[in-house]
Amino acid sequence: MESTAHAFKTNVDHALADPNLQDSLAKLKVGFSERRRQAAERLPEFEALRDRARDIKNHTLANLDFYLEEFERKVIGLGGHVHWAPTAADARRIIAELCQSVGARTVAKSKSMVAEEIALNEHLEALGIAPIETDLGEYIIQLRNEPPSHIIAPAVHLTKDQVADTFLEHHSKLGFDKRLTERNDLVAEARYVLRQKFLDADVGLTGANFLVAETGSSMLVTNEGNADLSNTLPKMHIVLASIEKVIPTLEDAAVLLRVLARSATGQESSAYTTLNTGPKRAEDLDGPSQYHVVLLDNGRSGVLGTEMQDILRCIRCGACMNHCPVYGAVGGHAYGWVYPGPMGAVLTPQLVGVEEASNLPNASTFCGRCESVCPVRIPLPKLMRHWREREFEKHLTPRGVRQGLALWSFLARRPALYRGLTSIANRVLALFGRADGRYSALPLAGGWTRFRDFPAPQPGGTFHAQWKGKEGKRKRA
Amino acid sequence: MKLLEQAGCTVEVPPVQVCCGQPAYNSGDRATTRAIASQVIDAFEGYDAVVAPSGSCGGMLSHHYPGLFDDDPAMKARAENLAGRSHELMSFLVDVLGEKKVAAARYDGVATYHDSCSGLRELGVKEQPRRLLDSVQGLSLHEMKTPEVCCGFGGTFCVKYPEISNAMVSEKSADIAATGADTLLAGDLGCLMNMAGKLQREGSAVRVRHVAEVLAGMGDLPAIGEPERG
Ligand code: SF4
Repeated sequence: MESTAHAFKTNVDHALADPNLQDSLAKLKVGFSERRRQAAERLPEFEALRDRARDIKNHTLANLDFYLEEFERKVIGLGGHVHWAPTAADARRIIAELCQSVGARTVAKSKSMVAEEIALNEHLEALGIAPIETDLGEYIIQLRNEPPSHIIAPAVHLTKDQVADTFLEHHSKLGFDKRLTERNDLVAEARYVLRQKFLDADVGLTGANFLVAETGSSMLVTNEGNADLSNTLPKMHIVLASIEKVIPTLEDAAVLLRVLARSATGQESSAYTTLNTGPKRAEDLDGPSQYHVVLLDNGRSGVLGTEMQDILRCIRCGACMNHCPVYGAVGGHAYGWVYPGPMGAVLTPQLVGVEEASNLPNASTFCGRCESVCPVRIPLPKLMRHWREREFEKHLTPRGVRQGLALWSFLARRPALYRGLTSIANRVLALFGRADGRYSALPLAGGWTRFRDFPAPQPGGTFHAQWKGKEGKRKRA
Repeated sequence: MKLLEQAGCTVEVPPVQVCCGQPAYNSGDRATTRAIASQVIDAFEGYDAVVAPSGSCGGMLSHHYPGLFDDDPAMKARAENLAGRSHELMSFLVDVLGEKKVAAARYDGVATYHDSCSGLRELGVKEQPRRLLDSVQGLSLHEMKTPEVCCGFGGTFCVKYPEISNAMVSEKSADIAATGADTLLAGDLGCLMNMAGKLQREGSAVRVRHVAEVLAGMGDLPAIGEPERG
């Protein structure tokens, strides 16, 4: 997917002016966080589980090469194939060749953010292979030719009315010419249309939530069961996953699943948890005859051992964006690439370059709500600050900010001067604002006064001045 | 100040004290932050406790300073020492001094309390101010739906991304209005200025005060951004 992260500010303007989006975001903000809160409250050991989840991921990352090789050995032992893809282009090429090797014309896909990351759909389409999204949300945005706006709820930016219009537009040629208004009817219609496509597909492509090294299994959770059809009906099953998805054991998977579902949707567990362990065996009734796993690096191994490593713990639950007030104000598309919200603000600069995505780690108040809900305790604000440090070092920080900062820091390191100036400023401000207690416009503070007043200093001078006065009085007494 | 003295502390303000360095820290300027932090560490050498009336400043001293000196063990030790002595005002009164109520403060009104982000999530300030407010005569507290959601200030964030910041503070102000409170209280100066500015721009009659003003019985002074009376 083409990044528009550099146009963050323009994207934000569009987002804030889009009433449908704002409607959808208003619902998202209360829904997800409330459900997560209740789920966490119902499970007394939730906080301890988060610690264990973090430790499992840390242990795996410290031994990533070992577990990846173990996983590969197991997959090969089961009769499957593992393909290593250092870059997005490699992954696209490998998948295209696999599809072509069976003469595939359609590929049934179940939601995979990594597929978005490598822009797989566009690539397959260019080769005359039709990718069919089978996740309802992905299907909707595929019809609308839009990127996902959320990592677990790709169409969360749309209202029900918009979905109804989209279906009417695209399904009427299939004979569905009534505009539906009920949620269930919309789902039923999509299910009907999609069912036939599953049956027609030559290749099934899924992502993976976890790759289990001890068994060579890929594990996938969904609420729609679509993945089960994508991987059992077609003759070839391709799993596309990034390298940090590997974990040591099924036992570990159990811990991670428990925090994943609760953090994501507030469910105790997702409706479907599917394990794929190799191709169809002789005694199996159905299943794919070919099983391939494509492991994507795409810059991740370069994060290992750096101050950014913690982001590789991410299990893509979406909680950080569900609780982020910035995401809640502007939605996922504003971030301009595949991964939005706090995790995107850390990961996107890594994957598309900090020059392209320089705004993302800056557009945060560091309120810390993301970190407080992250199931694997990723210190997201700290990692965003690391990006700001790198930008500062690379001189990417905007000039105005740098100059302002330089002046302020010059003063902040000279206490007497700082106090002198703040007290002058305080007096000047007071002179103009005291009459009504506030300012509706101030020089150099347009960003502030465009939307709010600047409170005039409370009477009595600066704190330091008051303190001095108080001390003086005391001494005299 | 008055609150601390009532609780039996001797309070001093070192004349060389300035800002804690957060603007530089959050802008990625580590070198400047370290220089300012060293200065702050010097300034507060020798005090039993360092108390900040703002959660984010308190958090800076107690959570972020030590990490600035990972490559300088001597400074790191001093930073850790300062961190251990640094407190946010509400948490200092309740958790350290064990105060359960305030001495005879009165404030006639209905207030709502905004949890500032650093205070709440870095320092665990949540119950302490509410406990103390409970002892203020004449005051009742009406909670917002989401008192813990950021108001959109974020230091330099609010001038770098004013549109997003405005969307956030607008939502906050709607949440405040829905409580029916006549006074908004919080424990962080940045949040207070931001919310006061928005409420006043919207023509709201809600008055905005630092929670310490009410606890110290100084609720008769003009509120933040309010004209001087009389
Ligand atoms: S960073 Fe944490 S909260 Fe955000 S998606 Fe990843 S695991 Fe979930």
